Amino acid sequence: MSLAPLLPSIWAGLIAFAVFAYVVLDGFDLGIGILFPLYPPGRSRDILMNSVAPVWDGNETWLVLGGGGLFAAFPLAYAILMPAMYAPVIAMLLSLVFRGTAFEYRWRTVRGRWAWDLAFSAGSTMAAFCQGIVLGALLQGVTVVGRAYAGGWWDWLTPFSLLTGASVVAGYALLGATWLVMKTETDIQQRAFRLSWRFAAATLLAIVAVSLATPFLDNQYWRRWLTFPSILATAQVPTMVSLTAAALVWSLLRQKEYLPFLLVLLLYALCFMGLGISLYPDILPGKLTIADAAAPANSQEFMLFGAGLLIPLILAYTAYGYWVFRGKVKEAGYH
Amino acid sequence: MDPLILARAQFGFTIAFHIVFPAFSIGLASYLAVLETLWLKTGRDVYLQLFRYWLKIFAVGFAAGVVSGLVMSYQFGTNWSVFADKAGPILGPLMAYEVLSAFFLEAGFLGVMLFGLERVGPRLHYVATLAVAVGTFISAFWILSANSWMQTPAGYDVNDQGQFVALDWLTVIFNPSFPYRLVHMVLAAYLTTALVVGAVAAFHLLREPDNEATRIMFSMAMGMITLVAPLQIIAGDAHGLNTLANQPVKVMAMEGHYQSHPAGAPLILFGWPDQAQARIDYEVAIPKLGSLILKHDANAPLAGLDSVPRADWPSVPILFWSFRLMVGLGLSMLLLAAASLLARWRGRLYDSLWLLRFAIVMGPAGFVAVIAGWITTEVGRQPFTIYHLLRTDQSASPLAAPAVAASLAAFALVYFIVFAAGVFYMLRLMGHAPHPGEPGAEHLGPIRTAGHFPEPALKGGKP
Repeated sequence: MSLAPLLPSIWAGLIAFAVFAYVVLDGFDLGIGILFPLYPPGRSRDILMNSVAPVWDGNETWLVLGGGGLFAAFPLAYAILMPAMYAPVIAMLLSLVFRGTAFEYRWRTVRGRWAWDLAFSAGSTMAAFCQGIVLGALLQGVTVVGRAYAGGWWDWLTPFSLLTGASVVAGYALLGATWLVMKTETDIQQRAFRLSWRFAAATLLAIVAVSLATPFLDNQYWRRWLTFPSILATAQVPTMVSLTAAALVWSLLRQKEYLPFLLVLLLYALCFMGLGISLYPDILPGKLTIADAAAPANSQEFMLFGAGLLIPLILAYTAYGYWVFRGKVKEAGYH
Repeated sequence: MDPLILARAQFGFTIAFHIVFPAFSIGLASYLAVLETLWLKTGRDVYLQLFRYWLKIFAVGFAAGVVSGLVMSYQFGTNWSVFADKAGPILGPLMAYEVLSAFFLEAGFLGVMLFGLERVGPRLHYVATLAVAVGTFISAFWILSANSWMQTPAGYDVNDQGQFVALDWLTVIFNPSFPYRLVHMVLAAYLTTALVVGAVAAFHLLREPDNEATRIMFSMAMGMITLVAPLQIIAGDAHGLNTLANQPVKVMAMEGHYQSHPAGAPLILFGWPDQAQARIDYEVAIPKLGSLILKHDANAPLAGLDSVPRADWPSVPILFWSFRLMVGLGLSMLLLAAASLLARWRGRLYDSLWLLRFAIVMGPAGFVAVIAGWITTEVGRQPFTIYHLLRTDQSASPLAAPAVAASLAAFALVYFIVFAAGVFYMLRLMGHAPHPGEPGAEHLGPIRTAGHFPEPALKGGKP
């Protein structure tokens, strides 16, 4: 049996996995950057940064895989999407330049540390905001003529994309706050609990707002989510989200250390599922399906061989890296 | 302004900034692996000192390389979307393999390499260092394969959508110019790193001639240059002959051969290329030597740019100078190698003033040569993105000049701030000599700061 007809779906799944891995992994370390100004300079910020220093680079590699994988497996989608998202993508990259280098630079200067602290927090916040804008702009649809983007340079900028931008900032801050609950102690952890409350409320509000706005963007979303009988299936997602949200509130009330972070991961997985329901089988909603955008079968096949071999390996040594740096971040001894 | 020129400027600018960091980290990762090997083998603390000293510098350079590389993976789409659509099915998988087999490996073990020595112990830490070093090499393998395919495409077909598709992946990967480019670039990375290490060591030897760690790194650096500089000249020559076979027009432009020479071409040493008039002004040339070098026969005929349609010419003035700059720097590296060998033989390696000064001056030579070399090969590919198959002016996105200009300005501004700061911090780290009790890349927590911050320790530790 030939694998060819299944390849586009397999690759869509793999890229979705890479994007999800990116969102939750870089999500918490971008979240640390967003929360940075809410902690006083000095010892607290050192510990915040040290809690993600050994892993941030690996986390960000998933973004390279997402972008590179899209280029490789769905070159047409990549070729249309990048010009359509020109400004937010470039702003995101430049923000990541600032916050990525700040990880090393801030330790190399005492006098200028405030500047790299600022670069770290502003870069992280801006990168998150731009990623949210790209998500919103993708959902609201882009103009395509032939094999190219045919819209304007500012099409991405709408109230909806600003809403999704703000939502991602809130969501990453929540991931970051619950990560800190898990990785820190004493006063830093107590502050992280308080921040978790605040950003949990903001994130849940954002989920509700985006969910309410999405069906009005395009017929397809309305039909999928809110007509009988598909609503029987799709309604499971908001139900699960509500249950997870309730569990998150409970875990924060009981001051659990690991559970809040894990529940936020679950929340992300559910939202991601929701996105999948909105999009599938399109890669650019209403314009381009996964199959239309797919690279020729022999390209996808060649890569699948490597991905099948290497992704399990990557997951294994990434897990090992996290395991090496497990436990609470201490002031002395470590770092 | 022409948006195409702006888009080319943006790609050239972002990649030229980027290549500096990997060129350094490919070599430095290997150097760190060698230092850790020596430390584990001999147990001598001085190797650990050196390892920790260079690890801090590596960390700063690596971070700059990662973020500037991230930009590159999106540059194909933002400004070059037609290229991305057409070449994606071939270049995409090569880059996907780079991400999967190299980037994750480097990133996954970097944390352990930088911060994990005390947590995992020397043996597992050594595995992490090796993984990072191997990762940098694998990364070079894939990206140079992709670049080489754009120079010498092979093993492909064109489908109904006008996309390039692979017929045979091995032919695609091992396309005709790839092995030469890979060897030339990896040797360049080793040379670049050795020159930096040598310059830093020489700088400190002038002030502190008896520092054992400094002496060791100077000797290692000069030894490496002595070994690699001649090899690089051989590799460069082989790469040039390969280019002559596959991309003769590029060589014509490098040599400044506007005219064909049916009975032996001269080697033009210097001159002033005039692209409009298609001639070299103020030419200083050695008759027949060009044919002798390129064809190993003084009287062999050699075609010039007059045999090619003008629309297919690359810019001779750029290639002519970038090529000469690279070769000139390569020859001065050979001179440094010879000088160090002579000093070593006379037992004056550590106290020969002129050698130390020469080594300091040559510190940045590798970076300049790498950039000059890349300008030569990339500008020499013009006016095509995929040689003879896809023209540059048919590769771009539907661009608007203001958008490209604004993003170019933003890149220039951010890169100059961020990477100037990175270079400044690296230089400042290099400004301190390695010393016993050298701290590693661990970020100094508030408690350790008191006893282990480099500056007080240095001052306290000196006799």
